[in-house]
Amino acid sequence: MSLQVTDLRVYYRTLAGDVRALDGVTFKIADGEIMGLAGESGCGKSTLGKSLTHFDSRMRYVAGEVLLDDVPLPIMDSEAMDEFRFWSVSIIPQYAMSAMNPTRKIGKMIVDLLESRGEDGAAMRPEIERRLELVGLQRDVLDRYPIELSGGMKQRMVMVIATLLNPSLLIADEITSALDVSTQKAVAETLIEFRDRELVRTMIVITHDMSILSQIADTITVMYAGKLAEKAATDVIIGAPKHPYTRLLISSLPEVGIRFADKRLTGIPGNPPGLLDPPVGCRFQARCPLADEQCRQEPPFVEVERDHHVACWKVS
Amino acid sequence: MLTLEHLTKIYKVGTFGGTDLPAVKDVSFNVDAGQVVSLIGESGSGKTTIGRMILRLTPATRGTITFDGQDVLKLPRRGYYRLVQGVFQDPFSSYNPIFKADHVFAMIRGVYFRGMPDSEWNARLEAALEAVGLDPGQVLHKYPHQLSGGQLQRLLIARALLLDIRLLIADEIISMLDASTRIDVLNLLGDLKARGLGILFITHDLSLGYYSSQRTVILLRGAIVEMGATEKVYGNPVHPYTKMLIASVPLLHKKWRQVAQELAATGTPAADQCTYHSMHPVDHGAGASAVARPALAEVEEDHFVGCIRPYVKGSC
Repeated sequence: MSLQVTDLRVYYRTLAGDVRALDGVTFKIADGEIMGLAGESGCGKSTLGKSLTHFDSRMRYVAGEVLLDDVPLPIMDSEAMDEFRFWSVSIIPQYAMSAMNPTRKIGKMIVDLLESRGEDGAAMRPEIERRLELVGLQRDVLDRYPIELSGGMKQRMVMVIATLLNPSLLIADEITSALDVSTQKAVAETLIEFRDRELVRTMIVITHDMSILSQIADTITVMYAGKLAEKAATDVIIGAPKHPYTRLLISSLPEVGIRFADKRLTGIPGNPPGLLDPPVGCRFQARCPLADEQCRQEPPFVEVERDHHVACWKVS
Repeated sequence: MLTLEHLTKIYKVGTFGGTDLPAVKDVSFNVDAGQVVSLIGESGSGKTTIGRMILRLTPATRGTITFDGQDVLKLPRRGYYRLVQGVFQDPFSSYNPIFKADHVFAMIRGVYFRGMPDSEWNARLEAALEAVGLDPGQVLHKYPHQLSGGQLQRLLIARALLLDIRLLIADEIISMLDASTRIDVLNLLGDLKARGLGILFITHDLSLGYYSSQRTVILLRGAIVEMGATEKVYGNPVHPYTKMLIASVPLLHKKWRQVAQELAATGTPAADQCTYHSMHPVDHGAGASAVARPALAEVEEDHFVGCIRPYVKGSC
């Protein structure tokens, strides 16, 4: 068992009260699994990623437990997390394009980073060069400044830096979103390569783009309004989803091969609920075609088939 | 309806504008009434610049844009904007947050419908909102932050419809919207087309282009590499760049590997031998020096392809 998250609750402090961005999330990721985490903006997917690595100042730990390789992660305590960050758990943040120090050459910056972690930066140079080659970068990028790299190159550079210490868990937050399609494919395939070469054991790939997950993820977890809606193997989520939200979401996605003139897709009416004061019970009820009285109670996230978890009263 | 001929834009960059940056190179195509044309390109391909030139927001360096046979630069601005309007990528920054969202309608009324009595104006406004699928009670008298991105984007389209436009320039209008609502805006384009509007749909996303357009124009570094009927460009791509784009699009139900195999089966002309030379309108030997770069060759009915070899100055 690689990662086990139990009833994790993380809220954001605001003047108006707590925003319940992550409100009771329980899931497991197996060794070597690439888990895709999908959802619309504001569903809490990035909050989940940040919770496992580094709390920002507005985030407040409320409850829950995280076990990585059977060791509890002290996620609420930033200093105690220092011991785990980069070695056990690492993140490629959403802002990877601007994550690098613009005033230092990349090679120097990496040595600084490694030394801040007590590693010998110079001794790791051959390993750094080997990994650059793996992601398709020339070794001379180490002598360049971040501004000299294109978006896709920066993204891959940050990927190399984030995984230098072979973390057990890597979180990749929207790393393909700002890239052109051709670069997107290269970066996504690099993730698989990193897992196959065991540079990283387990991954959470956070994105709003289901079709990217369909290409690279082993399992997909769908979030809605701070809670998990469904988790299953990629083929099952794409081909035979059970939660009404997942079904509507998948059927609203256009792809090459579907034309407006032949088949008119439909969206999901309404908007996600505000998380400052979320509705009681199922959070999808206001937009769900199947909702009834029962949905005023909160549905548990249960295993309905082997390795297929759904939080919906209407799925048995 | 709208015809672009040899449209070229060269930006002056560097100190004192000493360096030329060609953003759009000799682009010619047209948009007819009742037709959605998708203009597809990666970042820096010049797709937005073309939209801005059509909207007269940026002057062209060379070439002409005509609307119903008239040079648009010679039309009075106000009259032109009654026929052609644009909607852009970011709905949140298109509005002034100090005013309510329907202020954009009041501005239109102040400029174009000064003398119109209230009853007539309200009927017109209601018709426009109905056309974009919005309930006036839900969207009027609200501030931009109270509305969703999809609603804001549809309000902007309704604003354009108030003017009885005939051509809409839609520049990445759904890129910032969430998956469950973006399809509604995309369907709206199809409905507007059925009403006889011409639409230039500028996007980087091939799936969206395939879903909504009848004709496709593929841009690479400012020049058209392939264009024609959508099903021909996607079904039988000829230019290596088009193939690469299609092979890179992540699909929900097909893996990248499988798409690559299918594309390989369509056959690629050898790199050193351009099989479309004989079809070039300008004979390769005698006339080539007169033309800066080869024109597009018609490989089948309504399917045009640029030279498949990388362009080398002076020859092709």
